[in-house]
Amino acid sequence: MPRRFRNELNWSDVTPKPLWLNRRAVLAGAAGLAATPALARIEAAQSAFSTDEAPNSLEDITSYNNFYEFGFDKSDPSANAHLLTTDPWSIVIDGLVERPGTYDLADVLKGQPLEERIYRLRCVEAWSMVVPWIGFELAGLLNRVGVQPGARYVAFETLLRPEEMPGQQSASLSWPYVEGLRLDEAMNPLTILATGLYGDIMPNQNGAPIRLVVPWKYGFKSIKSVVRITLTDRKPPTTWNRLQPEEYGFFANVNPQVDHPRWSQATERRVGSGFFADRLETKMFNGYAEHVAHLYAGQDLAVDY
Amino acid sequence: MKDLINSAARHVPVWAVWLTGSAPLLWLAVQVVQGSLGPDPAKTMERELGLWALRFLMLSLAISPLRWLGLNLLCFRRALGLLAFAYATMHLTVWVWPDMGLLWQQMAADIVKRPYLLLGAGAFLAMLPLALTSSNMALRRMGGAAWRRLHRLAYPALGMAILHFTLLSRVWTAELVIHLGLSLGLLLVRLLPKRPVLGRVAAAKPPPGNKVAERGAATERNFL
Repeated sequence: MPRRFRNELNWSDVTPKPLWLNRRAVLAGAAGLAATPALARIEAAQSAFSTDEAPNSLEDITSYNNFYEFGFDKSDPSANAHLLTTDPWSIVIDGLVERPGTYDLADVLKGQPLEERIYRLRCVEAWSMVVPWIGFELAGLLNRVGVQPGARYVAFETLLRPEEMPGQQSASLSWPYVEGLRLDEAMNPLTILATGLYGDIMPNQNGAPIRLVVPWKYGFKSIKSVVRITLTDRKPPTTWNRLQPEEYGFFANVNPQVDHPRWSQATERRVGSGFFADRLETKMFNGYAEHVAHLYAGQDLAVDY
Repeated sequence: MKDLINSAARHVPVWAVWLTGSAPLLWLAVQVVQGSLGPDPAKTMERELGLWALRFLMLSLAISPLRWLGLNLLCFRRALGLLAFAYATMHLTVWVWPDMGLLWQQMAADIVKRPYLLLGAGAFLAMLPLALTSSNMALRRMGGAAWRRLHRLAYPALGMAILHFTLLSRVWTAELVIHLGLSLGLLLVRLLPKRPVLGRVAAAKPPPGNKVAERGAATERNFL
């Protein structure tokens, strides 16, 4: 008679979450979480698009944010984002789509395979991080709602709710935050809608409950807390471009050769690597050239910055 | 009220200004050691040191306008100016290393290409001779007039420093608007054709024949 399997492990043997999220453990285990998907609360498949670089700690990722809806300081979002209600949440999908409508978040997620995508994130301010996102390809959602033949761009909009987003009470940027992609960029398999990170649901300060992640573009393109997705035939306005068109282009591809008018983009600081860490060379398309360079064949990226 | 402050200020030793002025640095050092400066500690450090340099420069340039209002804090101005220079030097050092990681080529290329860096470098270079001639001996050697002329470099230094900060910002934060407003105020007040002379009258009118007091008053005026 075969011996029955007996689990000798107790709950006391489970590694406490703060420990397995410990940055040193993550570094030691080289993408530690990727190696232990069983501990993740959200089941997500691994992806060939993931980098093997060590992700930043959860603390870095959740305490160093540009999310001006919650304040200008990097630490403001982690201090203020608890004010945001993310449930219920729905997304208006409209414009040149076959099945426009207001989709509840659960409906948006329905049938979309969740993957863990460990991506580099390069901010236009010349710092970078590595984030283990959980999400699904935007193309999957767009195909489901049906893109009409005339559509050429996708426009995105962040929630406008000043009573929960104190930064929106000042007119520093025009609210709501809007962003956009060309349709071929939106359909690229690297482009995801992320609903979580580090195996857990998305922290509010990172753009809960659902945000865009476009890893070959500067971070400001990856719009957070999305409430509207509009397919359109013309290039949509984008927030930073509206504020300073000569500094922030529509494309905003990571490009070490095209500097921001006021500072260099040749190198970057990898945050979380300590006081004395060296700068890293910034890579063309943030290192994703093999997947996206063909999208810009024939374009002068110094003009289309 | 003014007299109260003035007489209280007379009892504050200059080393107390130095001690207070070192507090931000000490606090930053503690945070570096604790690892509580956030995920990008070098950048935070660099920013804070720069802000404190700007603030001490502003304070040192607030001494004269305060005197026109009757508040005499002149004895603290040298310490404030040197604190500004010390913070600016540390700010520059943290930029060179670790921030830029001693990438001399990129730094050189950036400085000539980026107005904000040019302005920052300009502000530092404008403060350098002021720090070097801050001693009593330098003042005596140069003579009051030349010393005073040289030390007018403090105005372009503040102008360049605040522009340096402004050009670095992506949006108009409250922090930027406050520093910019105060700095512009401190610079523009120098252009007023007729300065209020409330405090100066009392301080600068020695009884006739009192040579020492006359010389003292003259020296004081030289500091304006």
